[in-house]
Amino acid sequence: MEERLSAVLSPYEGRKDALIPILQKVQDELGYLPDDAMLEIAKTTGLPESRVYAVASFYAQFRFTPRGKHTIMVCRGTACHVRGAERILEETERSLGIVEGETTEDQKYTLETVACIGCCALAPCVMIDEDVEAKLTPQMVPEILSGRNE
Amino acid sequence: MMNFTEIQEQARQEWDSLQSGSVPVIAVGTATCGRSAGALGVVQAFEEEMSEKGVEAHIVEVGCIGPCYAEPLVNITKPGRATVAYKNVTKKMVTEIVDNYLKGDDPLPHYTLGSFGEGTVENIPRILDTPSFKPQERRVFRNCGVIDPTNINHYIANEGYNGLSKALTMTQSEVVEEMKKSGLRGRGGGGFPAGRKWEAGLNAEGDQKYVVCNADEGDPGAFMDRAVIEGDPHSVLEGMIIAGYAIGADTGYIYVRAEYPLAIRRLERAIEQAHEKGFLGNNILGTDFSFDINIFPGAGAFVCGESTALTLSIEGKRGMPRVAPRPRTTEQGLYDKPTLLNNVKTFSSAPMIITRGAEWFASIGTEKSTGTAIFALTGKVNNCGLIEVPMGITLREIIYDIGGGVADGGRFKAVQTGGPSGGCLPESLLDTPIDYDSLDEAGSIMGSGGMVVMDEKTCMVDVARYFLDFTEIESCGQCVPCRLGTKQLLDILKDICAGKGKKGDIDLLIELSQSVHGGSVCGLGQTAANPVLTTIRYFRDEFEAHINDKCCPAKVCKPLISFRILEDKCAGCTLCAKSCPVNAISGEKKEVHVIDQGLCVQCGVCMEKCPKKFSAVECLSPKLPVAPKETTEVVA
Amino acid sequence: MSKVTLTIDGLQIPAKEGMTVLEAAQASGLYIPNLCNHPDLKPAGLCRVCVVKMDDWKIAISCKLPVKDGMVISTEDPEVQQIRKSTVELLVANHPMTCLTCEADGDCELQRVAHYVGITQENLNRYRRSVRSIPIDRSNPFFDFDHNKCILCGICVRTCDELQNINAIDYAQRGVDSIISTLANKPIAESRCESCGECVIRCPVAALAPKGAQEPMREVKSICSYCGVGCGVMLGVRGQKVVSVEGDRDNPVNKGSLCVKGRFGYRFINHPERLKTPLIKKNGTLEEASWDEALDLIAEKFSNSKGDKFAALASARITNEDNYLIQKFTRAVMGTNNIDHCARL
Repeated sequence: MEERLSAVLSPYEGRKDALIPILQKVQDELGYLPDDAMLEIAKTTGLPESRVYAVASFYAQFRFTPRGKHTIMVCRGTACHVRGAERILEETERSLGIVEGETTEDQKYTLETVACIGCCALAPCVMIDEDVEAKLTPQMVPEILSGRNE
Repeated sequence: MMNFTEIQEQARQEWDSLQSGSVPVIAVGTATCGRSAGALGVVQAFEEEMSEKGVEAHIVEVGCIGPCYAEPLVNITKPGRATVAYKNVTKKMVTEIVDNYLKGDDPLPHYTLGSFGEGTVENIPRILDTPSFKPQERRVFRNCGVIDPTNINHYIANEGYNGLSKALTMTQSEVVEEMKKSGLRGRGGGGFPAGRKWEAGLNAEGDQKYVVCNADEGDPGAFMDRAVIEGDPHSVLEGMIIAGYAIGADTGYIYVRAEYPLAIRRLERAIEQAHEKGFLGNNILGTDFSFDINIFPGAGAFVCGESTALTLSIEGKRGMPRVAPRPRTTEQGLYDKPTLLNNVKTFSSAPMIITRGAEWFASIGTEKSTGTAIFALTGKVNNCGLIEVPMGITLREIIYDIGGGVADGGRFKAVQTGGPSGGCLPESLLDTPIDYDSLDEAGSIMGSGGMVVMDEKTCMVDVARYFLDFTEIESCGQCVPCRLGTKQLLDILKDICAGKGKKGDIDLLIELSQSVHGGSVCGLGQTAANPVLTTIRYFRDEFEAHINDKCCPAKVCKPLISFRILEDKCAGCTLCAKSCPVNAISGEKKEVHVIDQGLCVQCGVCMEKCPKKFSAVECLSPKLPVAPKETTEVVA
Repeated sequence: MSKVTLTIDGLQIPAKEGMTVLEAAQASGLYIPNLCNHPDLKPAGLCRVCVVKMDDWKIAISCKLPVKDGMVISTEDPEVQQIRKSTVELLVANHPMTCLTCEADGDCELQRVAHYVGITQENLNRYRRSVRSIPIDRSNPFFDFDHNKCILCGICVRTCDELQNINAIDYAQRGVDSIISTLANKPIAESRCESCGECVIRCPVAALAPKGAQEPMREVKSICSYCGVGCGVMLGVRGQKVVSVEGDRDNPVNKGSLCVKGRFGYRFINHPERLKTPLIKKNGTLEEASWDEALDLIAEKFSNSKGDKFAALASARITNEDNYLIQKFTRAVMGTNNIDHCARL
């Protein structure tokens, strides 16, 4: 991990203003933000450790635990809500046996909700990694999950 | 390097050869919404079919065309004829279209939405004459769905960078003056006159100034900015470059949501191309003016849509809005330097204002709200999608003409505008004209453009709870009224939805809403209670039914509803029992089924599964009493 | 700085330009309730309790509002009262009701504003109560951090940043989950905290509270004995025992600030093993002696050691003046330049 981290961090020596892009790059590389990585970011940028965590924990994008291979984001936008997003979420939770914010034991899926992915006309929808599954019904949930079950 | 006339000439040639060439042009909308409806598969199907059958045509991937309900949308233009728009295109339809219209001459009218452009096609109505399109006026969306957003020449050939070229021959004050005359108001929702903001940016003293584009579109139910960026990224860049020139800035930032990966890729590509053509970088179009644009992917915080939070976020800090009294962003914004911050649609409007003039821009709309408004029309409405309408149009025209009325034959209950900062307006206000001030008066706001239609199956208490759930999560937490006020409002609303509402809760909700409005630091907190206040104002009876009668009239709030199988209607088809996720339904084949109220989780699947001809499942509120469990234990 | 006059609730108040309305009010002995303000720190304007109405129309936060000549301020406007009352009620509804066993009882800013605003049980009963249950961080040997009592005023964060420049803690998470935190919520003892306790004394409630604190019966003004800086301290005394130390805000040297030793290292004073008399080694064992005996012995030995066989090592724990005397004594009386100081090592 150290080598991968220092490769990401090396252009950012002393760059306090670049904290968010740094956190994004480190998360891209490591999949999440381990404590040691945040310490290293603090050292590289010259920011206090507490500040690094303060910023990282403010933004929804950053994770402090490893994620599953696939990230399932159930959209909770208004359009999705009035078209039954809650039931999609419940069904997904039932199918995976985890609740929102958790990762399955086999590290295959992480289940999250997102404020809105902007596909409101296709509500209710779910984003799996970068793909959007549109106009879902609870019955379709197992099917869209099994599509990724390689 | 070529001068602008040469650049334009080259672009026009490319565009004209595509438009008036000898082969048909197939334009497929492949923005995020098109993709999720399967547009990429449609593109592939066209490629395969055409190569197999030896048909020649240009396939162009374009941005969002607007009517999302009809996605995937394909526009086919045969030489010398009007463009035919095909709706909900499937792979099977692709085969038929290739065989009948590309090879043959039958446009298959039953697959089409209509036609547009020069010329006519038999049996296909002109789209712009349909009630759904007639009231629309595509200005900000002028290029969306028309041009290939990854091809700068397409943009240039359609008046692109004309505004910049013209602005560079004007003085900075002249550009600002033109913006002021146009009457354009900030399209981010606040509605502050854009020209006055640009003027403040020009007048602010400082050797370093910034231009920032707010593309942190976080309102649930809104996706206009994404559509503009994905469909016409250069219009945003051009507006920012003109703004940079007008105020004397050399650096721009686009703060765009990381949840919009395609939009980010489109912007990256567009910036690269603008550099190649000399619209970005040093000495733009041979002048002394230099400008560059950086993309900043936001890390996921709704509050960063607030200008001071957004600039702090670019600086690598927590996005906590600055506390008033504070200097304006135009005086002290990003890195404490004068900063001009506008929404995507505001920047995208600037090039046409400069090219066509302020009078042209102000020729539509109302006196105080000029130009067009863009809405993401969604929810329980037939024609979901992005619409662009002149300011002043009424909500009724939007919902019933453009939107085609309430979906599934439902009855209209409310329309929500302005996202979590807006409000829900009832039927009696449907004739409210769309402009900043009228919506404000009605208790909602224009916002950045989300418009969600709700029918009688939508519970307004649940809607208020939903929005508070959102603002509570998105509150930055720095000030007490917003941090604890939204939480308290949410807790009370949750209780009401769960049948635990108390007498006096409505008064407390109103009282707290007023305090959160008056006491919060920023716009997020100040408007957080709007959904609560408007739902109470217009739908108080629903709140009272929940609290006093433990009844949810819309039959949405699960703790207040029960499902029951009607004995006289159930045919014992067993469909409901098979689909019940918790095995709460029992009954033999061909015999009446029964729901165990103690086991039922009110998911409603049984009601959906019950065949229409039986319609044997009914939903009741208030709840049916749950029979006490039969005990098999022997009591000693 | 030019003088201005403003009106607060009908009273004419003198103020100086550059002051905030809250400062002007306080300077004139008027109380405007507030929680997140501290005179040593830049105003944050976050608790919203110091809300006022300006010139009859604008709601403003008095801790951030600069005074202007002729300004008219109301602290009792109905709208102001409502915002203030709701805000305080919200805080109380989310606060543990353990006042009688709380370290801050009687000296709690939340109690003070709640009392001022007039919180009643009846009003409070309307609210959904919600109190956090986060384990108390007891990792620091000198103070405890109870997040459940924290009102997130941020005074500790600003103290650590603006005054101490340590930044051991900051805001983390957001919204209702906001918490004052070290990196990844680690125990404070594992952070770069230097335990100066500056945050502890500024905490308006008892989220940060010294361990085993006792109320003194009287205060004794003194000088800290740890180093030559000479910080002014107020020793809190109970009977004959020192039970607390506070920085002396009137002392020009430290203006109330103290370090970890000065603030928390007072228990040696009453420690049973503390030396209270000189010890002289007689027949191989150290025996208690009087000061006269000890000084006589030293003088005798010094007299026999004049010249370069003598050397003096001075201490940083004594004042500059005492250090001056030592070198003077070494050079003039003992006749040698062999003088050094521990701070040089």
